[in-house]
Amino acid sequence: MSEAGVSTLEIRDLRVAVEGKEILSGVDLTVPKGEVHALMGPNGAGKTSLGYAVMGHPKYQVTGGDIIWAGQSVLGKPPEERSRLGLFLSLQYPTAIPGVTTTNFLRAALKGQGKELPAREFLKLIRSEVAALKMDQSFMSRYINDNFSGGEKKRMEIVQMAILKPEMAILDETDSGLDVDALRTVADGVNRVRGDGMGILIITHYQRILDYITPDRVHVMAAGRIIASGGSEVVAQIEESGYDPMLRQAGIEAEAAASAAV
Amino acid sequence: MTVAAKDLTKDYKYGFNDGDEFVFRATKGLTRETVIDISRRKNEPPWMLEFRLKALDHFRQRAMPSWGADLSGIDFDDIYYYVRPADEQGRTWEDVPEGIKRTFDRLGIPEAERKFLGGVSAQYESEVVYHSIRKDLEKLGVLFSDCDTGLRDHPEIFRKYFGTVIPANDNKFAALNSAVWSGGSFVYVPKGVRVEVPLQAYFRINTESMGQFERTLIIAEEGSFVHYIEGCTAPTYSRDSLHSAVVEIIAMPGATVRYTTIQNWSNNVYNLVTKRAIAKERASVFWIDGNLGSKVTMKYPSIYLMGEGAHGEVLSVAFAGDGQHQDAGAKIIHVAPNTTSNIVSKSVSKGTGRTSYRGHMKVYPKAHNVRSSVRCDALLLDESSRSDTYPYMDIEAEDVQIGHEASVSKVGDEQLFYLQARGISEAEATAMIVNGFIEPFVKELPMEYALELNRLIALQMEGSVG
Ligand SMILES: Nc1ncnc2c1ncn2[C@@H]1O[C@H](COP(=O)(O)OP(=O)(O)OP(=O)(O)O)[C@@H](O)[C@H]1O
Ligand SMILES: [Mg+2]
Repeated sequence: MSEAGVSTLEIRDLRVAVEGKEILSGVDLTVPKGEVHALMGPNGAGKTSLGYAVMGHPKYQVTGGDIIWAGQSVLGKPPEERSRLGLFLSLQYPTAIPGVTTTNFLRAALKGQGKELPAREFLKLIRSEVAALKMDQSFMSRYINDNFSGGEKKRMEIVQMAILKPEMAILDETDSGLDVDALRTVADGVNRVRGDGMGILIITHYQRILDYITPDRVHVMAAGRIIASGGSEVVAQIEESGYDPMLRQAGIEAEAAASAAV
Repeated sequence: MTVAAKDLTKDYKYGFNDGDEFVFRATKGLTRETVIDISRRKNEPPWMLEFRLKALDHFRQRAMPSWGADLSGIDFDDIYYYVRPADEQGRTWEDVPEGIKRTFDRLGIPEAERKFLGGVSAQYESEVVYHSIRKDLEKLGVLFSDCDTGLRDHPEIFRKYFGTVIPANDNKFAALNSAVWSGGSFVYVPKGVRVEVPLQAYFRINTESMGQFERTLIIAEEGSFVHYIEGCTAPTYSRDSLHSAVVEIIAMPGATVRYTTIQNWSNNVYNLVTKRAIAKERASVFWIDGNLGSKVTMKYPSIYLMGEGAHGEVLSVAFAGDGQHQDAGAKIIHVAPNTTSNIVSKSVSKGTGRTSYRGHMKVYPKAHNVRSSVRCDALLLDESSRSDTYPYMDIEAEDVQIGHEASVSKVGDEQLFYLQARGISEAEATAMIVNGFIEPFVKELPMEYALELNRLIALQMEGSVG
């Protein structure tokens, strides 16, 4: 299942440090094409850092291991190249860029990916995707994420994913801050692209999104590494008894679960 | 030296020159004789010569400004004060000497004229070589010519206002301009006339060590409207040139004047300009000032709100690249009650570029119920970039509402990462962030100029990263 190959994301013994401090201490995780995996774990476990490292955020220095996408290491490649190779990260806290309209942002992104469209087709596409996420058309002329509500930012991330059509997406708490209806809308959005054979890693704290998007596998991260993996039953366990039993089993003190709590 | 000049041209596409294109050139340096000669060649009335000579005295007496940017590199003896490029002013582009015409073609002026301008003036060195105004505007009594023509053909209006907003002794560089001024624009809009299409003047320096001293006088009569746009470029040389203009605006009651500048001098030009407007009752004046290029710019467009209900705005953008210093700002003087003003200053420094915002806000005791807001934002692109703010407020009235906000930011890692993570290259991402930063300014420009400005910024940004 984890053979290296087309459109598989393989994270091997990954170590990541920020400003000299180790945050990920040997993460192993493989998400093959067409599968949906969930990544759970206590606050500060390193989930967001993993997403950043995969996408090439310059602050997250890889100090060991490898990130292999479609059979090729992406280490050392700038984020734009990783994006062009088909990787996508929906941010936990999407960044506002004042003065840059959503439309211009999306146009530049498509152009950056070499997927530029004629003006009319482009507008048609973004209009329909904005509508699909039940967002008002006025968002297209607003500055990207600037004064968007929390939920609006999350929807806009999914709009971007739908437009850019990556092959592998990491959704970092895209479900947090969404109301019930929005959650369903976002889940529908994800399920739509899932059908195209995309690989997806959903970082989440809650079962509710996984009720809509059934994961093929669930991983639990704590203290900068994966401490458990399994099927959907893992989610139920966590809902029922929290992380404590798993942490104990992995020999991690609850307080140390967040690697950098000190 | 040639190598240095080439290096400078790298990002500057207007850096070409035409070789020698002139029919007369005064010897370098500034003497009484030079001034008399300029006046005589222009057949000016005695009062103007007198005005010039007084200004020259003042220029000589006045010390260099001790504040602002470093001007120690200016050598007043190494400057041509007057260069006449052609014998006649063209009414059609065919009348313009071939070499000069080609330059303006390359700058896109005739094309812009055909597309969306109501009148065009093209100044090359010291004189306006081409001039036109749309017939319908002419019929409405709108006057648009170079300043010399204004003085010659409309002496009554000209003399009434010339030098009244910026007296010759206002500052050292206004004095210099007053002594040797040539060209520039004279605009007169009669009562109630709305000039719906912009009038554009284009200023081009060609000669090395050139001094360009255009003079602009705009009079908007009661209830009228006019939008005047100026653009400037120069070739890149290793010796410095000096551009020292004076612009005077008089907005009569209820009139609105918009004055837009997109200055893009090569980085061997000292750009020291005095711009001031007077706004009478309910009049509005807008300075929209884009400063790119130049070696040093010192420019603080000002508005005197003289009549009740007058409104003034200064929106400016300064972009300082390596080795450049943009010392720009705004000055608003609230003299009358119920006057309002708005200053938005955006500056971007790249490499060793330096921007300074210098603001002066004054409210006189009798100016009740004044409302004003000042916002200046600086964006730094590199560790070596610098920005300073010098706001000065002198409020003598009591019931004023004044807001002041300032910010300095660096191009954020998170913003860059976000854009890059969507497939946008670092260079383009930086340019997008910069363009986003100045967007509040750009949206005040007519579309063609907005596009041009974005393009110029992109050019400036090239090679700034990776
Ligand atoms: N840029 C940074 N600078 C300093 N510390 C950081 C940085 N990014 C992450 N960390 C630290 O690394 C640890 C892991 O953070 P991360 O954001 O990856 O956790 P997470 O699992 O996503 O948590 P949450 O569930 O709360 O989102 C935390 O202790 C955090 O404080
Ligand atoms: Mg997180």
